[in-house]
Amino acid sequence: MTIKQFYNEMTDEAGRVRPHYAAYASWLSEMPEERLVQKRAEADALFHRHGITFAVYGENAGIERLIPFDIIPRIIPADEWQTLAAGLRQRVKALNLFIRDIYHEQDILRAGHIPAEQVLNNAQYRKVMQGVDVARDLYAHIAGVDIVRAGKGEYYVLEDNLRVPSGVSYMLENRKMMMRLFPRVFSRYRVAPVDRYPDMLLNTLRSVAPTGVVDPTVVVMTPGAYNSAYFEHAFLAQQMGVELVEGQDMFVQDEQVFMRTTRGPQRVDVIYRRIDDDFLDPTAFRKDSVLGVPGLLQAYRAGRVTLSNAIGSGVADDKSIYPYVPEMIRFYLGEEPILHNVPTYMCRKPDDLSYVLDHLAELVVKEVHGAGGYGMLVGPAASKAEVEAFRAILVAHPERYIAQPTLALSACPTFVDAGIAPRHIDLRPFVLSGEEVQLIPGGLTRVALREGSLVVNSSQGGGTKDTWVLEA
Amino acid sequence: MLSRTADHLYWMARYMERAENIARILDVNLRMSMMPQSAVQEEQAWGATLRIMGLEGAFHQRYAEISPEAVLEFMVFNSENPSSVRNCLRAARENAHAVRGTLTSELWETTNGTWLKMRDFTPEMLADAGAGEFFEWVKYRSHLSRGVTIGTMLQDESLRFIRLGTFLERADNTARILDVKYQLLLPAGEVEGGAADYYQWSALLRSVSAFEVYRKVYRDLITPARVAELLLLRVDMPRSIARCMKEVYANLREVVNDQSAETERRAGELEAQLRFGRIDDIVRDGLHNYVVRLLGRVQDLGDRIADDFLVPVS
Repeated sequence: MTIKQFYNEMTDEAGRVRPHYAAYASWLSEMPEERLVQKRAEADALFHRHGITFAVYGENAGIERLIPFDIIPRIIPADEWQTLAAGLRQRVKALNLFIRDIYHEQDILRAGHIPAEQVLNNAQYRKVMQGVDVARDLYAHIAGVDIVRAGKGEYYVLEDNLRVPSGVSYMLENRKMMMRLFPRVFSRYRVAPVDRYPDMLLNTLRSVAPTGVVDPTVVVMTPGAYNSAYFEHAFLAQQMGVELVEGQDMFVQDEQVFMRTTRGPQRVDVIYRRIDDDFLDPTAFRKDSVLGVPGLLQAYRAGRVTLSNAIGSGVADDKSIYPYVPEMIRFYLGEEPILHNVPTYMCRKPDDLSYVLDHLAELVVKEVHGAGGYGMLVGPAASKAEVEAFRAILVAHPERYIAQPTLALSACPTFVDAGIAPRHIDLRPFVLSGEEVQLIPGGLTRVALREGSLVVNSSQGGGTKDTWVLEA
Repeated sequence: MLSRTADHLYWMARYMERAENIARILDVNLRMSMMPQSAVQEEQAWGATLRIMGLEGAFHQRYAEISPEAVLEFMVFNSENPSSVRNCLRAARENAHAVRGTLTSELWETTNGTWLKMRDFTPEMLADAGAGEFFEWVKYRSHLSRGVTIGTMLQDESLRFIRLGTFLERADNTARILDVKYQLLLPAGEVEGGAADYYQWSALLRSVSAFEVYRKVYRDLITPARVAELLLLRVDMPRSIARCMKEVYANLREVVNDQSAETERRAGELEAQLRFGRIDDIVRDGLHNYVVRLLGRVQDLGDRIADDFLVPVS
């Protein structure tokens, strides 16, 4: 499948270079292709040596791979970013208010804006959190919001990631790599720096420590060195200067969490956990979890430790809740949403389902709880047999799926085997909510490296790019 | 610091040191095999290499007979031999990976880079002239990793546990090398080394980079007792047991906690006994018995350090 009509980030319909890409395009045109090949090889070698890799699940388990890095940046003009940033702040504020409301009064359900069973029967809704107060009433301290650009360049929110969004380490490493490979091109642009992120993250985490804790001890909790995002866990712990702990390093005594150190137990106040709710505490959630800490939930409910993000945050990032986010913004903030949702068909609704079944070949169908690009159908790219196979699954379990029009994602010039060619991209900015809601200019740009592909996930052959937000 | 972190750092260093010592032992054998010697002698020498690491049994389960190729394959590449150079470098890297946030990026990249390069070596590449070059490479990577450690790591607990791992492993390895070679070269416990033994003894010295050191310290013929003295008791010799224990004791004192007093005492006692020991007494009572007891005490310290600091106590 090739989408003919898409927004090209670098050139307009007439093929003219857009003003914010002009300086880069002229620099690039002076660059011989051999140099680019050489620079790309240099980048690969450096990423390998630095061990900036991710582990792949399933076949070839245990193998570490590089996420392909593309050396052509994605550039966002200052005014576009300002709108995006305002929209992201607004959206994440509303999402946090929504989660707080769901676990307390449930006003939004009583007002009839969202069907109660949609929320309360959702697998991500955690009854144990009902009535529990958390520091600053904040749940999703770290949010990764996936943004795409379609049509004539309008931005849309594709999904909200409020559980354990990953990718920020690549945002930081990509910038370092670009500055190392092409120092001179940075002199032609005022690119907003991104390297403050670890500081901002640490401040955010400290600001949501349990009330009364003066100098909180923050840790990063990882499932371990074989997790696909382990590099990022280790990276963030190191950049923040905090311990990287596994479940086995911690224990709970008298509703207080401690870590085991060479000098005896040390109190832990804030846990930036990169592990799903289900695995946090074998006495409360999955009994077979060896990754968690027995008694953690009890300490958490007693307000003696902060988990970041909060248990149960996933209730707001589920794809079946996504269609209601604009409604949340109106309900809690009394504002019109700055950023738009992608029109979404909820297959659990009979009307929507019949529309989806009639138009399968044009739609993207996603699992409500899925992540990472697994279990989805991209209609226009699928064979007839794949579409029919999916139809059967859909009819059997409509409530598990939503569908959206196949967006003509914007494309950015990318250095692929065939030379420089447009490839489809998305953007994941990271929004931090603590004492204030803030974000680093830009985010992680992911790129679908196969020609025509719209799937940008690293597990599906996607790559990444450095993202430049220009300063005004 | 986290007990688990300390554990990974300690083992990272131990495995790197072990890889270096195995490379040293094999390298010396390789050089010796280029000199005129009988088939029996050659087989004994390669067999001794296996005995040093206590791997004779494991070897014979897999190989019909001792040959240089088989020993090299087993000690460098074999994936079932936990002490093969390849497995040591992999284990060093795995341990580093588990705590990469605690390491400086230089140290992580050095350890990771060593492993990535190790994967490119094949037994065929070692078959002819390549082996000597390979052992040099292993030694240099170990030197590099130690240098990067000292040159870039903050002088805090992390460094102490890395150093503890290095010196405990080195003490163990030096003691083993000395013991096995001593038995091989002096089967009847005789003290005089004839002229024919010169190459053997100098090879032993070279395996621990002590040949020039010996010349400088003694300015005299190589005698077995002096070799033993140099490797056991000389505090100024960087690979001697006395030096290793001095470092172990010094590093241990920097990390003491509520339950480590007895470990500290035992390390101090051993360090003092080596510092004030006399080689004549050791040789008279039998070097082999002495080294066996020494290995037991080094092992005991390793176990106690694991209990006191590394293994989490619930």
